[in-house]
Amino acid sequence: MNERKKLYFDDVKQGDEIPAVLVKNLTRTDLVRYAGASGDFNPIHHDQTFAEAAQLPTVFAHGMLNAGFVGRCVTDYVGVQNLRQFKVRFATRVWPGDTITCKGTVTKKYEADGQHFVEGEVQAINQKGEVAIHGSFKAALPTR
Amino acid sequence: MDKSAIGRSGQPVTMVVELGKVREFARAIKDDNPIYFDEALAKREAGGVMAPPTFLMTLGFWDDGRGRPKLDMDLRRVLHGEQEFEYHKPIYVGDVLTAVSKIENVFEKAGSRGGTMSFGITATEFRNQRNELVAVSRSTVIETGQVVKKD
Repeated sequence: MNERKKLYFDDVKQGDEIPAVLVKNLTRTDLVRYAGASGDFNPIHHDQTFAEAAQLPTVFAHGMLNAGFVGRCVTDYVGVQNLRQFKVRFATRVWPGDTITCKGTVTKKYEADGQHFVEGEVQAINQKGEVAIHGSFKAALPTR
Repeated sequence: MDKSAIGRSGQPVTMVVELGKVREFARAIKDDNPIYFDEALAKREAGGVMAPPTFLMTLGFWDDGRGRPKLDMDLRRVLHGEQEFEYHKPIYVGDVLTAVSKIENVFEKAGSRGGTMSFGITATEFRNQRNELVAVSRSTVIETGQVVKKD
């Protein structure tokens, strides 16, 4: 558990890469843990029998679990206290055994109302290179 | 599709931001940021232990169902399409939030594989114990033309 490096507006450029967060080999236990933590007990995310009855090969991850990984990628970079907006669009499902990489880019940097904003795009991508989540964020950063 | 749902509100729901729940949630999303676990560090860096960005999804634990305005959609055909959060003030452990949800929009679009898809957008405003607006979450659900099956 390491303290996150503090990000300053002065040190950010448009096009900067946001360091990746890697989630290896997602397990059914991870899905159950998220069900308990979030309160989302839709059986499609933990019950094999239910998933098969819905003509799925197995259970799949909650969209908001994957969004949580993307959120971590963003807050590791900008700091939780600086985040002003976070948005995700769900594209494809994530399955047990998948490995997810969350990464992104800074798309914009500007001053408005005396604050220093950066905006960026982030994605969660599976091991086949398919995008599971398209995300975006806005943060207000401190200056040096 | 029921356009008359636009503007429909749920009842206010009160939610306490609890330290144990914040840590449980952070573990579940595999986030080991010490800002959720080390109270002294969190105090120094951010004024206290804060809720992770998607933590507001746990509102469901505090809502017996009366907080959610009904969208009149067939749940077997509904997908969560998008989720958005605006953060206006920090949300700290110990805060008592009141959430009010309202159906912001209902509309239709032609689906890419034919048929029509219906969209419903529900916005939830969260205010803290000082009645300050701390966050707005906005959830978009999509009702597809047929029962949701394998991709």
